Formats: sequence, C-alpha cells, structure tokens
Amino acid sequence: MAVKKRAKDLNILEKLYIPEIVKGMTLTLKNMFRPRVTMEYPEQKFEPPASYRGRPVLVQEQDAGERCVACGLCSRVCPALAIEVQANETDREKERFPEKFEINMLRCIFCGFCEEVCPEEAIVMSKDYELVYTNREDAIYGKDKLLVPVEQLQDRIDYLRNFK
Amino acid sequence: MPKITIDGKDFEFKQGQTIIEAAKDAGIDIPHFCWHPKLSISGNCRVCLVEVEKMPKLVIACSTLAADGMVVNTQSEKTLDARHAVMEFILINHPLDCPICDEAGECKLQDYAFQHSVGESRFVEEKGHKDKRVELGPRIMFDGERCISCSRCIRFSDEIAKENQLTFIRRGDRVTITTFPGESFDNPYTLNTVDICPVGALTSKDFRFKSRVWDMSHTKSICVGCSRGCNIEIGVRNNEILRLVPRDNEEVNQSWMCDFGRLNTFKHVNSDTRIEGAYINKDGSVQKVSWEEASKEAYFRMKSFKNSELAFIASAKATLEDNYAFLQLAKSFGVQNISYINHINPNDRDEILIREDKTPNSLGVDLILGKSRSSIKEIVDGIKSKKIKGIFIIEDDLVSADESLKEAISKLDLLISTATNKSQTTENADIVFGASTYAEKNGTFVNFKGRVQRIRPAVATENMERSLDQMAMSRLDKFGTKFDRWAKGKKYDAKPSWQIISEISEYGNSKLKFNMAEEIFDEIANKVPEFKGLDYDVIGELGFQLEKLNEKSKATA
Ligand code: SF4
Ligand code: SF4
Ligand code: SF4
Ligand code: SF4
Repeated sequence: MAVKKRAKDLNILEKLYIPEIVKGMTLTLKNMFRPRVTMEYPEQKFEPPASYRGRPVLVQEQDAGERCVACGLCSRVCPALAIEVQANETDREKERFPEKFEINMLRCIFCGFCEEVCPEEAIVMSKDYELVYTNREDAIYGKDKLLVPVEQLQDRIDYLRNFK
Repeated sequence: MPKITIDGKDFEFKQGQTIIEAAKDAGIDIPHFCWHPKLSISGNCRVCLVEVEKMPKLVIACSTLAADGMVVNTQSEKTLDARHAVMEFILINHPLDCPICDEAGECKLQDYAFQHSVGESRFVEEKGHKDKRVELGPRIMFDGERCISCSRCIRFSDEIAKENQLTFIRRGDRVTITTFPGESFDNPYTLNTVDICPVGALTSKDFRFKSRVWDMSHTKSICVGCSRGCNIEIGVRNNEILRLVPRDNEEVNQSWMCDFGRLNTFKHVNSDTRIEGAYINKDGSVQKVSWEEASKEAYFRMKSFKNSELAFIASAKATLEDNYAFLQLAKSFGVQNISYINHINPNDRDEILIREDKTPNSLGVDLILGKSRSSIKEIVDGIKSKKIKGIFIIEDDLVSADESLKEAISKLDLLISTATNKSQTTENADIVFGASTYAEKNGTFVNFKGRVQRIRPAVATENMERSLDQMAMSRLDKFGTKFDRWAKGKKYDAKPSWQIISEISEYGNSKLKFNMAEEIFDEIANKVPEFKGLDYDVIGELGFQLEKLNEKSKATA
C-alpha cells in the first residue's frame, strides 16, 4: 500500500493551533456586529418583492366579479395539471365565467406559466407562501380561496406590466 | 390524364376539378374559408388566391378550373403577400375573443392567423360592433362580430338542408347574417352549420361553454338515432359525453348529421335513469344482487318453463354481437318464439338523412335471426292469451311493441330484461341486468343500406379501464390519478348484453364462451353467410357494404 503524501503539511504555527483559533474567533466576532439577515419566522414575516412567485390567485374586480373568463388556457398550459376550470354562461357582457375554478396546490409547482398565458390578467402569482393543509381535499383551492381583491395584487400586476 | 404543376411538382387531376380540389387530392392544402367540398363555390373570402403562370393577376383557387399544363404557385411572394393582406383585412373587425369563443382550438381563422398571418395589425381605429348572442334558432346562437361573411351557413341551408332560411343583410363592414323577420333558423339540420362555420360565429346552445375542445377525447362511432347510421365522433371529458359531431363518410352521411341525432342520442348515457348492476324482484320487493346471483336465477327460472312458454325478444337497438349471443342462448333453451320490436315512425323521414326506422340495427337483427325469426305479433298475442309465460328481452321496452301490453306484462310469470335505462319493462321485470349503452361497448350495426359499421367504447364502465381497453384518451385521462377530482367521472356498473347473456349460459350445458365482442363477430362471419370474410379490421372506420344487400336496396330504390 502506497503511503499517500499530503499535498501540504501543516507548518509550525498551524500545528500550534492557537493562532488559528484566534483567527476563527475574529471572524465570528466580526459577524456578530454585522446586520442580521435571519428572520424570526413566524413572529417576523417575510414580505417578498413583487417578482416573487407565491401561490397563484384569481383577480377579483371591484364589482365583486372575477376577471377570469374561463378560457381554460391556464389549465392547458399548466405543466402539473393543477388547474381545473368549468365555464358557464353569464349575463354580464363578457359572456363567460368560471363556474368552478380549482387549483390543486399539491400539484402546483409555482412555475407561473398560468399567469404568463392568461389573456385577461386574471390569474397572478401572489406573495402568499404560507400553504398548510392536513389532507388532500384541503389542498384543492376553490374560488372561495383563490379570489383576491385587485388592490392587494396591484404590486404584482404593475410588475407584470413592466417586465412581462 | 391531364397534368397540373403545383409548387414545382407535377400532379394528375380529373378534368373539371378546380385548382383547390386538384391540390387537395395531391395533398397540398390551399387555405380557404368559404370553400367547402360539399357546397357550391362562392369565392368571397379570397384567402385561396394563388399565382398561376401566364395569368395577369392572382386567381382564386376555389373557382378556377385546373387546366392541362397549368403552373400554379401557392408559395410565391406574390401569393403570400396577398394571403397576408386578406388575413389582415378579415381580422380588421374580428373581435379576437378566442378566450370566450367555443370554436377556439378548432377555428380556421385562429389556425390561419397563426400559419399565414404576419401577426401584426396596422388597424388602430375602433373595431366595428355588431350584435352578439343572437338567438338564430332554437338550437343556434349567432355572434355577429365573429362572422367573417363566408356564407357557408347560407349555402348549407339552401343546398343541403333545402330550406332557404338564412341570408346576408346590409353592406360592407356592416354585413351580417339573419333569418327572415319572424322566422327562426330551425330546420332539422341546423347544427351542421356550427361545424362548418370556419369561426365561432355560430355556436350550439347545447354545447355552449361546456368544454374546451382540447380537453375532450374523441371516439369514432355511429349514431343510434335512426337506421341511417351517421358516422360520428363522440366527445368525452371526465367520462361524460359532452357532444357528438359528424364524421365524413361519403357513402352514408357525407359530412352531416341531423339535430335530433346530435342532441338526443347520448343524454341517456349519463343519466339518473341508468340501471346499475343486477336486480331481482323477490316477493314484491326489488333487491340489488350480485351479477352471478342474477345470472343463476335467470338461468334456472327460465329452465323451469316449457320452451313453448318462453319468448325471446331481441333488439334492433343492440349490436349484432348482442343479438347473435342472444339467439344462441334462445337455441340452447329450445325457444322457438324469437323476434324483435320495430320502431318505425313513417311521418318522420326525409330525403336527406332521416329515416323512418328509429333504430340503428334492424337490418342487422334480420340477418342474425334469419329464418329463426317469428312474428312479434304472435308473441304479443301469446302474452295476452297467457300462452307465453316467460319473456327475456334485451335493450328494448316491451310496451313499445304494443301499448296494450302495459297490463299484461305485470301478469307475466317471468320477465327478464337487460336494459340501459329504466322503462316500463324494467319496472315490471323480475330480473333486470344493467346493460352498457352503445357508447360503452364494441360492436357492429348494419344500416338500412346494408353497411356494416363499428361502434367503439367512448365512456368507461366500472369494469373498464381507458388505457387497458384501448379507448381514446384525452390529456386529462392520460395523466389523471385517482386523487384528481377531474379524473373521477362516474362509471356505471353495466355490462354489454352479450356478456350478460354469456354469463347466463354458464349455468347450462351449451356455454357461450365469449370474452370479447370481436370473438362473437368472428363467429358471425363464419356462421352467417352474409358476413362471410368480414372482421373488425375489414370494417374499419368507414364500414363495409354487404354486397348482396346493396343490389337489393338498389333494386327497390
Ligand atoms: S387563463 Fe386566465 S382567463 Fe383563462 S381560465 Fe385561466 S385565469 Fe381564466
Ligand atoms: S404556477 Fe404553474 S404549476 Fe402552478 S397552477 Fe400555475 S401553471 Fe400550474
Ligand atoms: S356565420 Fe359562420 S358560416 Fe355563416 S357566414 Fe358567418 S362565418 Fe360564415
Ligand atoms: S339521420 Fe339518423 S343516424 Fe343520422 S344523425 Fe339523424 S338520427 Fe342519427
């Protein structure tokens, strides 16, 4: 068995350890006085920037209706097949609305394709990252959970208008 | 044969063909909106403009006759420029509401805008506005803004449906489609205009907004509305039939089907009246039992009668396979009384498609039963006079043979039925088996002209699996798991009649050992001379014309 020669042997100072310990302690001490980046979640909440892709939500207009016209493009483009849309007719001018709109959050991979494809700017990625459920059924979000008033989403919509 | 040169290649064509037809036969698709192979030429959309050598200007391919030695260029710069210009022109006033339009996904304008358009509009003015959501007829909605004024719907009503019900009114960019004041677009074939409308201007009220076309699977099948046997495609999503559309078959229905067939021959498949599983009526109360128990009960109850006391009633609504298995069972019991019920409505027929015989397979049952067939009238009289005490009927309602049987059938000693949906027969039956509908099984029908045509399962029953049973699958079917709600469509607990019959025969000596509809058909091909040499592959997608019957039908026509 050949004896493997070390690439670099420790010199005398290093062998003494103490200078090395001092070096390490200095680094630690230096960092103690730098600003903190760790957050005390959940006491402290992270407020993501507009470019953040949290759970997809539906935009709710001021007149209480959703923007979505149930075209089904998001459902078609979704690589994870997370979205199910059932259209129906409405008396409103836009003719068509989603009678049922469900996103299976267990399937969703937060890719944002749905947002990108939507012709109506009706589905956008929110800043919501807190998704908790205890069973499969709860993970299916219906319109009740998906609809979010447009004011709360303005940030993202502006971002999309500037950068999409 | 004369020759034409298209895009540098020589092709033969038939004298009298137009350029677009010659190109189509050669496999070259020249874009077109208003031209339709089954309608007269109108030449108003101009998108089929092509360059022909030695002609001073571009010509429209749909109405220019092909000539020997003609050199056509469908891809030259001049042609493409013209095509872009036409597309831009058509799109000027088009609302581009694809997101809310049912046609999206099968829209010619959408496809051509993608293939042949430059993708940008120079039109900055406000688009023209017209009426949307106009009820043109009881089954049709019209959207004026989407209409590109190709006149296909007008020509269809005039030439195919033979009812002059539609017309253009106004001029220029205000032109629109309407019916005569006070009239409604209500001929028996209106929904075909939805299929041929190149855009989504005409939509079917029944199908409106039900599903995106790309979410459905499509299965080639046959309409069961009458003995014409129009070739259809069944659109299914989440194991539920959402629409039927005609499929081209030159020999049967060209490209059309009637509104009745389109709307009324599938709703029973997914309905509350379906019979699920097997039932036995024990001392006045109906109980759900296992399939085996019901089969056993059926066999031994029938065995307890003299064969002259039994009658078997086949069905022109069931397939050849069902009826063949049924005949074999009748023979094993030595039953002589076997017939089927006709469903003729002499007032409901026309010279276009609709036939007076409202079943898809009466000619087929005639061929299967052959000389074994006795008269239905004798059986009805037998029931009334109590000479016949036991009846086994498949997929039909006894009462439809004779209204006055209503009373008599409740007094029968034994009434066994396979049935898809509840009827007066199943209400009074002692043993009922839930039968698969035409959309849930393989099989064959023979239409009134003697054309053997195949049906295929489009909807899965409980013991079927889409992938294993080689059924058509949409993307959703392919990737759905048992945890996805959209993959949990209702599956009914039903079996094809031939299978139920085979299972009943298991308890006797002459067992019918059929596992697949195809096996039965192969046996039919061996035993019944008219079907000699046929199998499912020979029948294929467009059916097979039985020769002898063809001559006969020609002689009587
Ligand atoms: S793409 Fe937009 S408009 Fe279409 S169904 Fe999805 S959310 Fe609705
Ligand atoms: S973010 Fe991506 S995975 Fe999630 S619903 Fe939208 S398209 Fe589907
Ligand atoms: S309604 Fe459709 S078929 Fe009729 S003219 Fe308009 S675009 Fe053509
Ligand atoms: S003509 Fe007969 S077979 Fe054809 S669609 Fe109508 S009912 Fe069905």
